Amino acid sequence: MRVNLRRIAHTRSGDKGNTSNIAVIAYEPDFYPVIKAALTVAAMRTVYNDTAVRGTITRYDVDGLGVLNFVLEGALGGGVSRSLAIDNYGKALASAVLRFELEVPDAWAPRLRGPQAA
Amino acid sequence: MTRKSHKLRIGSGAGWWGDRIDPARWNAERGALDFLCFETMAEATVSAAQVRKRRDPGFPGYDTWLDDRMRAVLPHCMANGTRIISNQGWIHPQAAARRVAELCAEVGWKNAKVAAITATDLSTTIAASGLSIMESGAPIASLRDTLISAEPYAGAEAIVQALDQGADIVITGRVADPSLFLAPMMHHYGWRHDDWDKLGQGSGIGHLLECGAQVTGGYFGDPGYKDVPEPWNLAFPYADVAPDGTAEIGKVSGTGGCIDLRTVKEQMFYEVHDPARYITPDVVVDFTTARLEQTGEDRVKVSGISGHARTPTLKVSVGCTEGYIGEDMFFFAGPGCLEKAKLADRILRERLRMADLQADDLRIDLIGLNAVHGAASAPPSPDYVPAEIAVRIAARCASRAQAEKIGREVDGMAVCGLASTGKRVPHQDRVREVIGLWSTLVPRTSVDCTVEFV
Repeated sequence: MRVNLRRIAHTRSGDKGNTSNIAVIAYEPDFYPVIKAALTVAAMRTVYNDTAVRGTITRYDVDGLGVLNFVLEGALGGGVSRSLAIDNYGKALASAVLRFELEVPDAWAPRLRGPQAA
Repeated sequence: MTRKSHKLRIGSGAGWWGDRIDPARWNAERGALDFLCFETMAEATVSAAQVRKRRDPGFPGYDTWLDDRMRAVLPHCMANGTRIISNQGWIHPQAAARRVAELCAEVGWKNAKVAAITATDLSTTIAASGLSIMESGAPIASLRDTLISAEPYAGAEAIVQALDQGADIVITGRVADPSLFLAPMMHHYGWRHDDWDKLGQGSGIGHLLECGAQVTGGYFGDPGYKDVPEPWNLAFPYADVAPDGTAEIGKVSGTGGCIDLRTVKEQMFYEVHDPARYITPDVVVDFTTARLEQTGEDRVKVSGISGHARTPTLKVSVGCTEGYIGEDMFFFAGPGCLEKAKLADRILRERLRMADLQADDLRIDLIGLNAVHGAASAPPSPDYVPAEIAVRIAARCASRAQAEKIGREVDGMAVCGLASTGKRVPHQDRVREVIGLWSTLVPRTSVDCTVEFV
């Protein structure tokens, strides 16, 4: 079945200069390979398809902890201090990828986070 | 003074300048801490302080919340034998340390040993250094006319020195955030400066603590997905650090929030780029080897973070004046609010053109539609009707006079705008000075840190 990333992972963004990082963290170890296969750099680019995200996107895989760390260069409108963005730190950036849809086994249904479908 | 036990407890007192103060008090009062560490500096703190100092010679140059923070914790730290490490010194650590000594006297901590750590200020020398800007590759000399400040990120070494000399309270300026927490570990356990794995593990623990509540359930709650108990009652964390650096993250009882694998993982990668090479002045941290284990309610054991030899350079943050940002907003609600907001966008652009606005960049956001996530926002359904929309406009300009045009045209929307335009109370902070931040790397030999007891 198709679900939002939000059902199987959580995210946090951080800022350094004009670069934002978004950590995507699997709720359970066996969710991780599915996320890793689906959420490629190219997929991430389609989510953050904003003129604001102009630079390179790099993905670092931390297999031991079930974490993908994405680094989005040039994502903060020139940097925290000179950005005209209302969220100049990109503090809210990490939640956008939670809408990303991916295919997961039906058997995972009871383990998905958030409200259970009736 | 030092308790050479096999238990070392280090707690957080602040995760940033604007952070809450009560959780620091709870940690000092009930945390049974050996050390309480305050992290109060953002990337722009030093340059902003320099700008303020130019405008307001009476500004003492340290954390504007220094008195409040110290008054909240000093009586408890004195009673409990808790030593304090804090980067509240900003651009004037000696002045902050002297103020802290006064506050100690007020609460009866008469013999408190307060140390100030000052690192070499590179503001007057960096432009002639021949170095390049990391972000752009341009010569640093190109910033000569706009440069406000250039401060290196110091490591743990001078703090360790001050602690070794018996300091009860150490006040620093710019220090890498994890180093504030690594220093007491190095001091307490006598770790060598080249014991890279221990320094890596210790810095990793420091990184988990440095943002305060971000590891105890702050910046985390997502109702229905990540529920946080009593999120209004968050504690700041502490770590019980073993001699090999293995640590358990915990918090004082009777508080809300949560500490679990999710909160620890989120904070572990916060502001991290390559997780195998997180560069601090003390060590290059490798988080990829970390092991996490939930050992109890709101207790997570963190081990296995490793380290590699520190780099031969220190990062220097260079602040420059880069003009002004003018910013303001107004609102529409009810039927037609989105159409009005879109027409208001057009009106503003036309009027700013007539006013001959000279801007390097101009942006108008419709808050309530896609202002935050831009193209990454969920596309609204065709018949979507928002209940209300805020129109927010911002422009970056070379001069204050240009930036002020933004607020002037927003004022004009009150009478010369559209039906039912909602306005905020007129306010004075519609224009702010832009401080551009750049980085460069300098050889370690060009930076000295001095320890001075006040």
